Amino acid sequence: MEFLSFLTEPLQYGFLTRALVVTVCAAVVASVLSCWLILMGWSLMGDAVSHAVLPGVALAYIIGIPFSIGAFVFGAGAVALIGVVKSTTKLKSDTVIGVVFTGLFAVGLAIVSRTPSQVDLMHILFGNVLGVTDGELWQVVILGALTLAVVLYKRRDLTLFAFDRTHAHVIGLNTRALSTLLLGLMALSVVVGLQAVGIILVVAMLITPGATAFLLTRSFDLMLILAASITTVASVAGIYASYYLDISTGAAVVLSQSLVFVLVYLFARRTGIIWQAVTRRRLRRTTPPDDVGKPASLQPTGRA
Amino acid sequence: MSWYAPTHPAPAPGDHDRVAALSVSGLSVSYNEVRALIDVDLTVERARICGLIGVNGSGKSTLFKCLMGLVQPSVGTVALFGKDHRTARRTNLVAYVPQSEDVDWTFPLSVQDVVLMGRYGRMGPSRRASRADRDAVDEALDRVGLTAQRGRQIGELSGGQKKRAFVARSIAQDAQLLLLDEPFAGVDKSSEATLISLLQELRDEGRTALISTHDLAGIPELCDEAVLLHNRVLAHGPPAEVLTHEKLALAFGPLPAAGPDPRRPAPAAEQNQEQ
Repeated sequence: MEFLSFLTEPLQYGFLTRALVVTVCAAVVASVLSCWLILMGWSLMGDAVSHAVLPGVALAYIIGIPFSIGAFVFGAGAVALIGVVKSTTKLKSDTVIGVVFTGLFAVGLAIVSRTPSQVDLMHILFGNVLGVTDGELWQVVILGALTLAVVLYKRRDLTLFAFDRTHAHVIGLNTRALSTLLLGLMALSVVVGLQAVGIILVVAMLITPGATAFLLTRSFDLMLILAASITTVASVAGIYASYYLDISTGAAVVLSQSLVFVLVYLFARRTGIIWQAVTRRRLRRTTPPDDVGKPASLQPTGRA
Repeated sequence: MSWYAPTHPAPAPGDHDRVAALSVSGLSVSYNEVRALIDVDLTVERARICGLIGVNGSGKSTLFKCLMGLVQPSVGTVALFGKDHRTARRTNLVAYVPQSEDVDWTFPLSVQDVVLMGRYGRMGPSRRASRADRDAVDEALDRVGLTAQRGRQIGELSGGQKKRAFVARSIAQDAQLLLLDEPFAGVDKSSEATLISLLQELRDEGRTALISTHDLAGIPELCDEAVLLHNRVLAHGPPAEVLTHEKLALAFGPLPAAGPDPRRPAPAAEQNQEQ
């Protein structure tokens, strides 16, 4: 009974219910995308897009249009700019990404500093999920559902693209379109997520769930399901932690995702470091001494 | 000159069998100042296994990329079964078996997931597998002898099994021209023999294979013909005629254009290095 009231008490407040919906929605969308991003080594791209949307969000508030439009325009613009600079110079991609997103982020800071009364920088940077309006809630829900629907419909093409883009090209798929689609979906998920945890931490939602799920499974479909489930539980736990422990909501949500990652990193079957240490020790004990030097016997054999 | 210009007349119905699997003429490719391919002419008839031999930097992978339409030639034309690369790709005529080092072996996909990807070009936009697709995957796995390993994550296979998984993908795709990039790297001798007889079976069905390789020892056994490439085609013909000492010296010897590449036609050493 006490536990039940522990769960229901925060939900008496409308703003907390809205926060819960927005956070879970944003987290699920981002977690599903994170599975492709971490496998492709595009995590830094997520970081870039999330920072680059700052001027878009600031301008949207100043002009009075939905924040998601401004954010998406600048997010997609940053991706396009990175693509153009990369293809027209010999610079490495992490360099180009670094130059473009810091530049755009600085533009955003400059805009905000000129119009301090209209835009609350802290809310954009760190999220303001407790102050979400009904309009913002619907933006998040609709964009999130749309992104998720497209991702799931094209998931097999995206996986093929991530795994072997030469094969995708050879069987006649348009790899440029797939790349654009994935980047566009990533920009959308940033737009959805920044309301919940803000620009700085949204990238955590685009990386951590996928990384956690990757350590747990060797099946991509299962990885998607695990990433979405883990992130849902972590988000809800984060909101409650934020309510009862009186800490920043964005921080609490991301922190609980990180906590799950740490637990998996330590304790996961086969991939967890404790499991590996135990396997090694058991092997050493059961292997005859004259075999110890052989490399094969030193390998943790969880995969056998 | 134009990449898409139909330099070869479209094959009339019934004419299909007579068109060469692969026909390259006057092909030159440059990356900035570096000339990767210079005036390459190459025709490979259908139902042949053709070995493509050359040192690193000799243009083997550039030639592959041209055939797949990943690199635009400066000059010259490429025709696959008399079609441009785009049409050939869209009709699933071409399959690519990547080099081991180009594959992310930690990717969470099973062997059958990878083989099923060979069917994607024949599926609808959401790539939902039909009964026929699943049957094709079963058959391909059976032919390469990986039915028992179908559920394994791809990185858990041995070197030879990994190659066979990708050949199975080409079989499921029902491609007519297979491009294999260094298929014997990291493959032990008995797996190599399995792979060779598999490729010869596919050849006997009328499929064509172009194989880039360092493994000179295996070529007479495997290939119907060989091409010695060193930015230009130095020799093309039966393996015995191509693999002569003076011709190999041209391709593998310390030519100025080859740069400081110490590789020699020493297959045994080559094998160890790839492991």
